[in-house]
Amino acid sequence: MAMAALRREGRRLAPLISPRTITAVRSSPLYPTLEDEGPLGVRHISTQVVRNRMKSVKNIQKITKAMKMVAASKLRAIQTKTENSRGLWQPFTALLGDLPGADVKKNVVVTISSDKGLCGGINSTSVKISKGLHKLNSGPEKETKYVILGEKAKAQLVRDSKKDIELIITELQKNPLNYTQVSVLADEILKNVEYDALRIVFNKFQSVVSFVPTVSTVLSTEIVEREAESGGKLGDLDSYEVEGGETKGEILQNLAEFQFSCTMFNAVLENACSEQGARMSAMDSSSRNAGDMLDRLTLTYNRTRQASITTELIEIISGASALEDISNGFNNSINLEDIKVTSYKSDKDNSSTDEDENIDILELMETDQTDQDPNGKRKLD
Amino acid sequence: MLRRASMLLACRPILAARARPFSTDLPAAPSADATFTEAWTKVIPNMDPPKTPLSFMQPRPPTPSSIPSKLTVNFVLPYASELATKEVDMVIVPATTGQMGILPGHVATIAELKPGVLSVHEGSEMTKYFVSSGFVFIHANSFADIIAVEAVPLDRLDVNLVQKGLAEFTSKLSSATTDLEKAEAQIGIDVHSALNSALTG
Repeated sequence: MAMAALRREGRRLAPLISPRTITAVRSSPLYPTLEDEGPLGVRHISTQVVRNRMKSVKNIQKITKAMKMVAASKLRAIQTKTENSRGLWQPFTALLGDLPGADVKKNVVVTISSDKGLCGGINSTSVKISKGLHKLNSGPEKETKYVILGEKAKAQLVRDSKKDIELIITELQKNPLNYTQVSVLADEILKNVEYDALRIVFNKFQSVVSFVPTVSTVLSTEIVEREAESGGKLGDLDSYEVEGGETKGEILQNLAEFQFSCTMFNAVLENACSEQGARMSAMDSSSRNAGDMLDRLTLTYNRTRQASITTELIEIISGASALEDISNGFNNSINLEDIKVTSYKSDKDNSSTDEDENIDILELMETDQTDQDPNGKRKLD
Repeated sequence: MLRRASMLLACRPILAARARPFSTDLPAAPSADATFTEAWTKVIPNMDPPKTPLSFMQPRPPTPSSIPSKLTVNFVLPYASELATKEVDMVIVPATTGQMGILPGHVATIAELKPGVLSVHEGSEMTKYFVSSGFVFIHANSFADIIAVEAVPLDRLDVNLVQKGLAEFTSKLSSATTDLEKAEAQIGIDVHSALNSALTG
């Protein structure tokens, strides 16, 4: 009967200091705390949700860290190759110059992107530049076609430029990149696509944190001759004697094809490097973010835990004082020490250990008993 | 503490300058194509125009009035730059019209290469490579760019394998039916006989 009275009194006082109000102020709406009923109707706030979330965030942190390491090792391997291939396109630019602004009827934009995701924004930049080139070269009698290397650009360009896509090539990096593979690819493109100018869009690798979108232009033989005749940058091309072959045109045709395969090789390698570098930095910021999130969650977890301790104590104290009140009201001779208050067993897997000691117990109600502290504090066993 | 703070401030700009990329790219030349950038900014004002290869290349020196004494050679392969702006006396390349010697002051030429031996003469020493094919550009300012697909020093070639390959491709040619097969077999024969003569001659 005394127990029933205690319970009733506890419940009567509970709305005054509801555990919900404490936690609602401090914890964010994303972490709803659960209440479950323990024995004697004592309510515990569950930390299970927060704990689950902490576990998953920790796992994510480990995964992204591992991905960063993998990307770093792949980057090292491919970087030496890229640096060695940088000499390949320079002679062509030295001879034929660079005319990205050449006015041509049939443009082909070769967009190079990655197959896998989680590599930052490099694929989106490539696609944006490709679309920009399309817009730049639009006009009467002019057309722009796309040749896409890589899944990510395909996903973005298929959405709105489906009719302009000529070729799609994926799984480029299944085998390590080499010149033979790229030259076969270049051959395919040259065979199947009519072009006046080929514009290769890729991300040039400048450093681990910097990737510059670049466009390399390869002009077909007719356009080269046209530009040479009209003077300007290619004006002195005519001064070059062409050795061998039947006609000059044949040699220049071979030259254009060779130029395309060389610039493609360099472009593909540079893009692969940029992809790994971008993935490294993306995964790095992701693991850092996960670490921050874990810190915030740990704080919330501790607060939740402390709040549940506090509410339990409040309930016990309020129950005890209510009982005392009753007993004082009815019978002054009942000894308060008979009412045992069980000590609170602290949670083992909490990181903080000595926070339980100095919890303030709020003053519950006005009492005029003299054997209580004026501040309403009580020491519990 | 103030000393440390000032040291950090001094270190940071140096670090920022040193943190420039290690890349083997030559420093950017400011001669980016102006018409392209203008046209781009007109049509797509929100984005920066993409860079072009010209901005990553060091400009070549102009044609000097007198013939320079040395020939500057760039010999590049897809996997490596064998020779980068090396000054030599003479280079002999296997052009399609035969062995061609390049001396400083050679007239500007574009030549296609066939499989053969390339030799670089520097003073008294001579380095020989077997090149599969490629192109050579000779510029008026005595710069020679040799771009080859494959090049190996002659001592890396195995005579037995060459003989075997030659026999194999000769038999393939005789048994070839389509034009494509015939062409492929012919190319194989050309390369292997060039290898043979390189090793023997």
